Amino acid sequence: MTAGETAAALRVEGLTYAYPDGSVALRGVDLTVGEGERVALLGPNGAGKTTLVLHLNGVLHGGAGTVEVGGLRVEARDRARLSEIRRRVGIVFQDPDDQLFMPTVAEDVAFGPANLGLRGAELSERVDEALEAVGMAEHRDQVPHHLSFGQRRRVAVATVLAMRPQLLVLDEPSSNLDPASRRELAEILQRLPVTVLMVTHDLPYAMQLCPRSVILDGGRIAADGATAGLLADDDLLRAHRLELPYGFHPVRP
Amino acid sequence: MGAGHAHPLHLDRPSPVHRLAPEVKILATLLFTIVVVLTPREEFSAFGGYALLLAAVAVLARVPVGWLAKRAMIELPFVVLAVALPFAGQGERVEWLGLSLSVDGLYGAWNIFAKGTLGVVASLLLAASTTMRDLILGLDRLRCPSVFTQIATFMLRYLDILADDARRMRIARLSRGYDPRFLWQVKAFAVSVGALFLRAYERGERVYLAMVSRGYDGRLPRPEAGSATAAQWAQSAALPVAAAGIALAAVLG
Repeated sequence: MTAGETAAALRVEGLTYAYPDGSVALRGVDLTVGEGERVALLGPNGAGKTTLVLHLNGVLHGGAGTVEVGGLRVEARDRARLSEIRRRVGIVFQDPDDQLFMPTVAEDVAFGPANLGLRGAELSERVDEALEAVGMAEHRDQVPHHLSFGQRRRVAVATVLAMRPQLLVLDEPSSNLDPASRRELAEILQRLPVTVLMVTHDLPYAMQLCPRSVILDGGRIAADGATAGLLADDDLLRAHRLELPYGFHPVRP
Repeated sequence: MGAGHAHPLHLDRPSPVHRLAPEVKILATLLFTIVVVLTPREEFSAFGGYALLLAAVAVLARVPVGWLAKRAMIELPFVVLAVALPFAGQGERVEWLGLSLSVDGLYGAWNIFAKGTLGVVASLLLAASTTMRDLILGLDRLRCPSVFTQIATFMLRYLDILADDARRMRIARLSRGYDPRFLWQVKAFAVSVGALFLRAYERGERVYLAMVSRGYDGRLPRPEAGSATAAQWAQSAALPVAAAGIALAAVLG
């Protein structure tokens, strides 16, 4: 990085990764996401999307290339730095039941900030703030199992927001949601003042929430541009096993 | 803790016993049970005294007798064993309604029945007045090794999800005409159990990944909210102290 450049929210350069069984998942990924940008990461199943996501906070590492979050390089061996990276990068996983493991909603939202060393009043303030942001404040003492799927997904977003991340990564945020929950989540995400990287197959959702999209296929970035432009390119979509829902035309209003 | 986890043994009532901190109730139940078990089996009046103590607690906790009696049925298999003792016992025998019964066996049966019932009822009262979540919290505050309380916490959260998985798999089997009537038809069931185990195992991995992404470093944050006050310790001590008094009076008197 040269001195004049401002630190991007996320900068991935030449990232490669092969799983221990030898299958190559990433073959040199370059991706830069600016501060406050909302980017959709599109790609067919098995394109390496989840593998890339797990590199952003250092859960997976060991290949060539670098990942920088807000100018800080992900260094798997440096534990203090790793915990700072994990504060900056909030990942919301696809299945909220994987994310919500504590007996009550509030305890689960408190898990992240408590790992950052917060205690007492400051901790409960974070919990309230995060639950407020996703409209789940009145459910704070409920058991996750008793919430609807859409509500659990929102709480899962809150568990990450409570850590005040700079980069919010969402893995298939609209999967398994009914249309109303899908819209409610979109409204919540639109209000959040953070940089967003959204992994999805739901192309209209990408169009609604992210001005910019990148297509990951075969472990490489295959396309990068304005979402509306990418979705209008039929040949490009077909080449990467992406399809718009029947009757949907990506024309900007 | 507000709304805790609903379990079939819990009875949500506003009562002074429900309001006690879980750790004092656990300790009181444990000490009471120890006193009961240590009481010599010939001290019939002492056991009557213990029963009165439990009745007082049940009234305080507003737990109906019928509710207790129904759930105390769990004791039945042990009582059935106890019934056999007077017939099978050795030594001096008495005649009763034309039956020859062993005196030692009669005492043995009484011993199992009285101590078992008192122990079961005491545990039921604890369970009725304390949520699962609070029980785990109480054990944690009593310095129970955190490995056990963490395992219990996870079980509490994921048992329902696992049961749901199992139910869905069963419905899917039934929907395809599976109706096992004979032992050699259970293969599909056995295979499902294996599949369920794999699902649980994979979920464990995903939950761990999600936890690591939120800065988990091997320790769950300890819930802080109010532990027991001195007054609560004193109130709950009433039960074991009274029981010990009865035991001493019976043995010495």
